Amino acid sequence: MAQSRAQADRFAAHRAEATAARLAALDLPQGGAFAAARGAALDRLRAMGLPHRRDEYWRYTDPADLNAAGPAAVEPWPAVDVPIFGSIDRLRLVFVDGVFDAAQSDPLDMAGIEIARLAEVAAADIHPAHGWAAPAFGRLEAAGQVPVARPFAALNTAVAQDGLLIRVTGKAAKPVSLVYIHRDGQADAMLHHLIRLEEGAELTVLENGPAAARLNTVMEVEVADGARFHHIRTQGRDPDRRMNTHVFARVGAGALFKSFTLTANGRLTRNEYVVELAGAGGSAHLAGATVLDGATVPGHHDDTVFITHAAPGCESRQVFKKVLKNGAVGVFQGKILVKQVAQKTDGYQISQSLLLDEDSQFLSKPELEIYADDVKCSHGSTSGAIDETALFYLRSRGVPLAEAQVLLTLSFLGDAIAEIEDEELAGEITRRLEAWLARHG
Amino acid sequence: MLEIQNLHVKLEEDDKVILKGVDLTVEAGKVHAIMGPNGSGKSTLSYVLSGRDGYEVTEGSATLDGAELLEMEPEERAAAGLFLAFQYPVEIPGVGNMTFLRTAVNAQRKARGEEEIGSAEFLKLVREKARTLNIDAEMLKRPVNVGFSGGEKKRNEILQMAMLEPTMCILDETDSGLDVDAMRLVADGVNALRSPDRGFLVITHYQRLLDHIKPDVVHIMADGRIVKTGGPELALEVEKNGYAGILSEVA
Repeated sequence: MAQSRAQADRFAAHRAEATAARLAALDLPQGGAFAAARGAALDRLRAMGLPHRRDEYWRYTDPADLNAAGPAAVEPWPAVDVPIFGSIDRLRLVFVDGVFDAAQSDPLDMAGIEIARLAEVAAADIHPAHGWAAPAFGRLEAAGQVPVARPFAALNTAVAQDGLLIRVTGKAAKPVSLVYIHRDGQADAMLHHLIRLEEGAELTVLENGPAAARLNTVMEVEVADGARFHHIRTQGRDPDRRMNTHVFARVGAGALFKSFTLTANGRLTRNEYVVELAGAGGSAHLAGATVLDGATVPGHHDDTVFITHAAPGCESRQVFKKVLKNGAVGVFQGKILVKQVAQKTDGYQISQSLLLDEDSQFLSKPELEIYADDVKCSHGSTSGAIDETALFYLRSRGVPLAEAQVLLTLSFLGDAIAEIEDEELAGEITRRLEAWLARHG
Repeated sequence: MLEIQNLHVKLEEDDKVILKGVDLTVEAGKVHAIMGPNGSGKSTLSYVLSGRDGYEVTEGSATLDGAELLEMEPEERAAAGLFLAFQYPVEIPGVGNMTFLRTAVNAQRKARGEEEIGSAEFLKLVREKARTLNIDAEMLKRPVNVGFSGGEKKRNEILQMAMLEPTMCILDETDSGLDVDAMRLVADGVNALRSPDRGFLVITHYQRLLDHIKPDVVHIMADGRIVKTGGPELALEVEKNGYAGILSEVA
């Protein structure tokens, strides 16, 4: 639609004003080791401005609550470590309202891995992590702003005061488990994690727990040649919260990046992935299983993915499944960009929603942009109701309606869960989904 | 055992009347066959008895051991002892055949107030019954009916029947899509389940299945009614003269 010059100017002025107002309400970090990166991020943010529904990638998700100066208060979930991952041998690191809590955490030392706290490293005059982290902080986020602006990620780089800086040189002995606890009903948390896997290194990162009334996280992951990174997170237990997360990854030659997210309910969740396959033969698998029941709190979940194949012979998979009921809204915006150099690319994308009633909706925008000629790329997107024929078949064998629905719903989500390599973790996720489905059947 | 009285059924969607007063009694230990031309209402009868959506019973009743089936949910009918072997067994991607079988067996046991079967005992039982039906371990692991051949699907139906041990079995066109060898395998499976406390209703278009599963009583169905009842010789008459001959005789 043609916009008059005056309209465009007015709109730009309005955006700049909203951005300035948001920044004015924030306590901006001053100086320190990351001052340059933070300053540059602030400039990026001011240049692009906060998002608006008119922006192409915000048409399906209203950013108003994320733009607001502060979050609406939320009743915190009882501040206990939720039982998920409890049986897994892990390095447990706790954040309360977005602030690292050393007293509740395991010591930050483990063979093959260096872990430091962002707040400490940023404030220190001299720190061993400066050497690798200072130039890397915000680098993937900055690169990920083209061609699609991600203002909340820039805001995060500029403002986030806590998070972890993790460098992996070998095979981490056990998963690093980030546990988020929410105490203050108005907590407005930003966390920035920077992770670097050196050549051939291996690490699994787990994330879980309600973190804040409003949460903005950025995770930057550099996976060097031959390294393997697994990320499994759960979002839930705090349906009233608003959150938007960004995972930026750069995957080297022959390296593997895998990320799985389980989301249960949530007034507003937007998970963005920006992944670049930068070395030949790299792999990136992104999966999400979302279950949303809008009965007590309206549910809105948005997965926005951008995968760039920038090297030959790489493989990428996106498997996003959503179960929606009681007016819940699911969004999927997934793009695969295959650069000219990326011959023999194998790209796969599937996004599907199971609509358990007629009030719920699924909005999907798959995109392929391919400049190489020898590639294999496929994508599919569907939404539909539970298969009545299968349901009847199960019932005719004596399986009660509710149990049959759970079985079929789990089987629908199964393709996403199958992306988790570790059987114990996959089992944990499945049990969580079973419990949710039993509660919301 | 199964007693159907004056059953009238129409399609919910377009008011089309399919069954126009079916009367049928299947006694324990007996095998009854229903034959009839396409569109006579044979399959509808099986769906209505098992509780599939889309049909409206306008008159009549159907009881199993005295309990009214038509008022029960499909799962309650199964727990009461009814089993339908589908003409087109349904594929369920993502649900393993073994999980499916175990869920079904335990759901029925639970509904009847019995104890659930342990996994070791269950495994042993499935393997034993699967072997006689020539169902290998691979088929048990795969998702329900996904990628199964026509014969494999029908054998899988009989395996479910063997595991669930229903008292009243309805076989809907079980011979469709089967070659001779597959049909013999399926028939052997069914014959192995014949017992004095179990009734069978075998729905088929052709006589050939009845060479392998010998019926005690044969019914001819046409235009929503049972029009003729007789012994096994009636099936042979169909084979010889076709439905047209019998129907003109009835009319």
